[in-house]
Amino acid sequence: MGNDYVVPAIVAVTLVTVGIGFYGLRLARTTSDFLVASRAISPTWNAAAIGGEYLSAASFLGIAGLVLKYGVDVLWYPVGFAAGYLALLLFVAAPLRRSGAFTLPDFCELRLGSRRLRILATAFVIFIGWLYLVPQLQGAGLTLATVAGSPYPVGALLVAAVVTANVALGGMRAITFVQAFQYWLKLTALAVPAIFLALQWQADARPAVTPPDGPTFRAATTVVVEHRATLTLPDGDVREVRPGDELTFAAGDPVPEVSGVATDAADWLLPSAAGDDDRGLFATYSLILATFLGTMGLPHVLVRFYTNPDGAAARRTTLVVLALVGAFYLLPTLYGVLGRIYTPQLLVSGQTDAVVVLLPGAALGDGLVGRLLAALVAAGAFAAFLSTSSGLLTSVAGVISTDVLGRGSVRGFRLATVIAGGVPAVLALNVSGLDVSQVVGLAFAVAASSFCPLLVLGIWWRGLTDLGAAAGVLVGGGAAIGAVLVTVLGPPLSGWPATLTAQPAAWTVPLAFTVMVAVSMATRRRAPADVAATMLRLHTPEALRM
Amino acid sequence: MLADITRQDSRAERTRTELAQQTQVGEALVRGLVRAQLALALRLSLVVAIGLGGLPWLFAIAPSLGRTTVAGVNLPWLLLGVASFPFLIGVGWAYVRLAERNEQDFTDLVQRPER
Repeated sequence: MGNDYVVPAIVAVTLVTVGIGFYGLRLARTTSDFLVASRAISPTWNAAAIGGEYLSAASFLGIAGLVLKYGVDVLWYPVGFAAGYLALLLFVAAPLRRSGAFTLPDFCELRLGSRRLRILATAFVIFIGWLYLVPQLQGAGLTLATVAGSPYPVGALLVAAVVTANVALGGMRAITFVQAFQYWLKLTALAVPAIFLALQWQADARPAVTPPDGPTFRAATTVVVEHRATLTLPDGDVREVRPGDELTFAAGDPVPEVSGVATDAADWLLPSAAGDDDRGLFATYSLILATFLGTMGLPHVLVRFYTNPDGAAARRTTLVVLALVGAFYLLPTLYGVLGRIYTPQLLVSGQTDAVVVLLPGAALGDGLVGRLLAALVAAGAFAAFLSTSSGLLTSVAGVISTDVLGRGSVRGFRLATVIAGGVPAVLALNVSGLDVSQVVGLAFAVAASSFCPLLVLGIWWRGLTDLGAAAGVLVGGGAAIGAVLVTVLGPPLSGWPATLTAQPAAWTVPLAFTVMVAVSMATRRRAPADVAATMLRLHTPEALRM
Repeated sequence: MLADITRQDSRAERTRTELAQQTQVGEALVRGLVRAQLALALRLSLVVAIGLGGLPWLFAIAPSLGRTTVAGVNLPWLLLGVASFPFLIGVGWAYVRLAERNEQDFTDLVQRPER
């Protein structure tokens, strides 16, 4: 990669992030400043910050890579990531803000008055937070390796170190400014190159995305394989490739069929039809459930609601966030689609996650414009790693400092940040083989099977008891965690067992709701005595507060 | 005029106290509000469940729909990649309006207790 603008662009993003962090440091004087940004943040800033924090490596890189690889069926990822905010708006936003709970463990104690449930919720917050942090750091390592040729650990450790230092020193006030800036940077970094890419596609006489004879290489290409696969060459030869193998193709050569990739135009272009694969339909619905219901259970998402002044503002902020992330999610699909034309070699090498950072260079050539735009996209990708990791780290550190270390002091928060950032950094160094989007999807499934039923039933149903909540979280969330561990660490599966563990939400979410309701009804006497007062507080407008 | 306002104020005050003290009247009012807000959220979820959740099933049973193109783009790509986002925002906007109206109705009820 001979692009000498990429590294300065990444350095600039990192410096601006740290710079705004230090600007915020002057403002962060007391613990409450740290944790809730003093509630003095305007809804627009807050909405941009929420959007900035939410659009992670999976959104910025992963979706385009999945679209390139699998086609129309994975469009449910961006739709679900956005729809998660609608579910949050409908069922959680205003009551949660009115509850005054700052974290999920706070909500448990406030609603059900149980210390033990609080500890269980803390464990889940930390697990989900780390499960979500590892792929962010991994994405950073892979991106820096792709665009700058650095070894994998450099990017992962760089992001981990910058984010840990920034969160430990600046706290949430600083992070709010950083996040808001990074939302706009990410949107620009995809939108501006997208305009140039669309114009280039026009100028190239609109090459077909799915030519009748399958995708072809536009220029002579040498592919270095990164993932083991089986290739079926056009003449019918079957060839096993392993990482490190080099393949050379001439301009106009057809792209070989790659195992596990929708190389065939119809597979890629058309949704899975009935009859040919019921597991496909199950996986689609499972993905929809996980993403629609998982967002509300992500620890870094809920913390932000406390920075709204009241419940009505929380609702309006959520609506603005929905619009902001919706606008963003129009773009990655375009990159995935154009990647079919300009970067088909990624299908063979297996590095589909790199399509967003490689596409500008591949489509626009090695001229100044192509290189500047490639640098812009790389900067946006780094903004994605930095912002999501910051948000996750802030909330995991907050939970560790109050619930595990038992100290509310600024020093305790800093110590907690180092612990919260160190563990995923070590994990990220040891699991470079995991697929970024898949792990993020699993984090959503765990959140949807544990915190979603807890929040929805806690807010809307008076009959919830502490034992019911704990049983539901343990059984539903536990089943989802089991599925995660089998998928990540277990032997390769096939058929239904593979589908049920890779996309568990369609059975773990109903399981969690059922157990929670059944155990609560069996232990009806344990329902908290003050439930009526809690409901009053959660649902009545602040104007009527006594 | 002044006396009128004072009387209204004291009535509102009484209802607020009723709410705070969990009298039967206050309890019924809050239950009504919670039920109205939940019904609204569930109704709008149903709109999304049918509007978006029905799509995979629809594409599965009517594969010809997937081959239909609008302006050169296959229908599923347009529906999922583009149209779903304004749809979600529209539902969210409707929810915010209607939920605020429910709360306004509740506030009016509490502050004008001569129901």
